[in-house]
Amino acid sequence: MKLTLRIWRQKNATAKGNFETYQMDNVSPRMAFLEMLDALNKKLVEEDKDPVAFDHDCREGICGSCGMFINGHPHGPVPAITTCHLSMRFFKDGDTIWIEPWRAKPFPVIKDLIVDRKAFDTIMIAGGFISVNAGAAPEANSILVPKTKSDMAFDTAICIGCGACVAACKNASAMLFVSAKISQYALLPQGRVEAKERVRKMVEKMDEAGFGNCSNTGACEAECPKEIKLVDIARLRREFIKAF
Amino acid sequence: MSKILFSSITKKLVMALAGLFLLTFLPVHLFINLMLLKSDPGPFNTAAHFMATFPLIRIMEIVLFVAIFVHISWGIFIQIKNWLARPVGYVSANKSETSFFSRFMIWTGATILTFFVLHWFNFYFIKIGLVPGNAEDFYSVAHKLFKIPAYDIIYLTCFAILGFHLYHAFFSAFQTIGLSTSFWSPVLKVIATIYAIVIPACFALILITLWLFR
Repeated sequence: MKLTLRIWRQKNATAKGNFETYQMDNVSPRMAFLEMLDALNKKLVEEDKDPVAFDHDCREGICGSCGMFINGHPHGPVPAITTCHLSMRFFKDGDTIWIEPWRAKPFPVIKDLIVDRKAFDTIMIAGGFISVNAGAAPEANSILVPKTKSDMAFDTAICIGCGACVAACKNASAMLFVSAKISQYALLPQGRVEAKERVRKMVEKMDEAGFGNCSNTGACEAECPKEIKLVDIARLRREFIKAF
Repeated sequence: MSKILFSSITKKLVMALAGLFLLTFLPVHLFINLMLLKSDPGPFNTAAHFMATFPLIRIMEIVLFVAIFVHISWGIFIQIKNWLARPVGYVSANKSETSFFSRFMIWTGATILTFFVLHWFNFYFIKIGLVPGNAEDFYSVAHKLFKIPAYDIIYLTCFAILGFHLYHAFFSAFQTIGLSTSFWSPVLKVIATIYAIVIPACFALILITLWLFR
């Protein structure tokens, strides 16, 4: 395939960025999207040019590192996958692909397609944990958990914190991320102990970071690679009301 | 505690509760408007007089205006914060699948507010003496207004936009107050759709019926 790439290039956090155009020939439909960018970077290095900086780590869809706004969608046009799982077979010969970094005030661009997602870490540090004494693992059946609750908690715990929800939301809201992190604890007995304090602190940090509010548009749900649901945001709100 | 009261979730919660209160007022207003279909001005004017004088209604009127003020002011405040959360936008248009009308709530809301102001000039300001007019015969005032084609076009357009606003607002309010669950969410969406179509359509049908049969 022959492709035209329009990629956001920005030297550093303070530099003014712009889109650069790159022509890519011989792109195999069997390539992964990040492999295609690797091929571009190899070409740029050979031409003694600065390669495109982008976040990536596991390339298995579980670390949450990779994240780009591709042709109007976080992680590209295919639902429920991360950028590293995006295959080039979803593009056609002659396509122009626009690649941008996540855009949100709390996610400033560091370089090219890399944004600083420290705001998520700050939210997690504020309350994304349970306090237990270290030592031997307790007997697994000492606290019984209904299977349905366990499954629901797991469905939210799989949030990888990639930031696609923020990137997709017209308000750059982090409510889906926070709702997943609140839900994974709120649904389990171990998480109930600190539930009120947790939700207060995490929402406080979310607000301080400058994320927008939730308008219930559903964009986050549509773009989440782990399919976290809008009803989890409703649960976050219930937990918050309980913490009054 | 102050951080909880001024958090983004609380602001949206207050806005949603104010909005839900406003939703309860529309069927009451519609019930009174249905009396415009009668050729006798008596029932409509009696109802309008009752609304203007009954003490409980007068108290509810204050609550209603507070709800309108809170809903609008918080709405604008939250919208500005939302715009500030993305100072640099995307070049490629965001193609994320969203509830269509949810994208334009601030603009549909602004249109409804404009209609409110027009409506207050035509009726409420006459009632409180700010604008000259016959406060004892709103039936005739309404019928005269309905005979102005430009007013009718504005009226029908605004009620269509009110329907768009309500379609998202109704469901969104229940989501915001935390009542939405995987079971209730689809049910609420159906109720929201019915409410958003039936209430504005009935207001519009009163005008259309008067056109056709008077």
